[in-house]
Amino acid sequence: MNNIFGIIFIFVGLAFDFFGCLGLVRLPDVYNRLQASTKCVTLGTCSIMFGVFLMLGFTPAGIKSLLCIIFLILTAPVSAHAIARGAHRSGVKLWKGSVVDRYAEDKEGKE
Amino acid sequence: MKESGAPLIAMKKLRWFIGTLIILGIFAVIIFYPIKILFYPDLPYIPLFTRALYILLLSCIFCLYRILKGPTAPDRIVAVDILGILIVGFCALLCIPTGRSWYIDIGIAWALQSFIGALALSKYLEGKDFDE
Amino acid sequence: MRSRIILFILGLFVWFLLSWPPDLQHLLVGVLVAGFVAFMTGDMFVQRPQLFTHIKRYFWFAYYLPLFIWECIKANIDVAYRVSHPDVPIHPGIVKVKTTLKSETGLTFLANSITLTPGTLSVDVDQDGGFLYIHWIDVKDKDIEIATKIVVERFEKILRRIFE
Repeated sequence: MNNIFGIIFIFVGLAFDFFGCLGLVRLPDVYNRLQASTKCVTLGTCSIMFGVFLMLGFTPAGIKSLLCIIFLILTAPVSAHAIARGAHRSGVKLWKGSVVDRYAEDKEGKE
Repeated sequence: MKESGAPLIAMKKLRWFIGTLIILGIFAVIIFYPIKILFYPDLPYIPLFTRALYILLLSCIFCLYRILKGPTAPDRIVAVDILGILIVGFCALLCIPTGRSWYIDIGIAWALQSFIGALALSKYLEGKDFDE
Repeated sequence: MRSRIILFILGLFVWFLLSWPPDLQHLLVGVLVAGFVAFMTGDMFVQRPQLFTHIKRYFWFAYYLPLFIWECIKANIDVAYRVSHPDVPIHPGIVKVKTTLKSETGLTFLANSITLTPGTLSVDVDQDGGFLYIHWIDVKDKDIEIATKIVVERFEKILRRIFE
């Protein structure tokens, strides 16, 4: 029974991974790519890890995969945030169809 | 993008249609005729996990496309970060059909390394020193 | 002193998870390593140790987790819809919202939750003025007040009870 649920979790996670990487190819600029790929790939990999935990049970490898879930959820958004800030400070413009950019307005106001 | 005429929209629809057909074809090949890459004949779940590894490989190929083609440096950094997380998933998946539990240790170490690498690269983008 | 004890307990817990079947040798090595780490890093990580004794905060945290996971799943389905649609329906932009959280832990958790929920990504934090700059994939309103009400409010109510 646990094996069936584990395989379901693993394949749902694979589907999310696939859609995240498709977003990495199709979306137009850095920030949109960062959004799609960070959300989808983080939750997809966490889902794969949870499926592995369900299939292995409370063995050492299963407990380590739970630990890896916590670690990924804590660190992936932080690195996405750092990359977005670095990209904006290094002067990458938003996509030309964007609606508003308050961050650039505020930076120009300060300087 | 807004003032594009009717032929451009038709071109986009056509490109979307061709891309969907290619992806569905690759999925059909993965599901019906997978090449064996895991040679552990006695253990369970080998066919299922071979297909799962192929789907992850397809995602990795998308990431590699973005690394090769990305117009600016941040695009490439994003793709490298995402590739690191995908490889953690690879390590977790290889753990079950081979029955070797040390793959998940490699996964934890790889997640840590890729996090530190992404932070260092973003500092490099901002143009600061590393000690702040 | 108190923060070092809390850090010691947390380090020992993570050590036990890493070396799962617990026995005496692992216990000894874990106590040595966790004690060394807690002594060296001191109160760098835990800055307000009196908050760990409030029981109510743990219940609010347990209420926050399922809400967060549900928002994550909604975000994934949203991204899958936008990516697989032929026209790629996006109206991106960076908006500015304000927050009333002051502590660093609270702001970090708020930024992480915003990044993993539907359509938003935190770009920069202005801690003095209490502002967050957010990249929004489908901008519904440019005004500060309305954007704050849509994006931040549902997490801020709970996070204020946990971390402030």
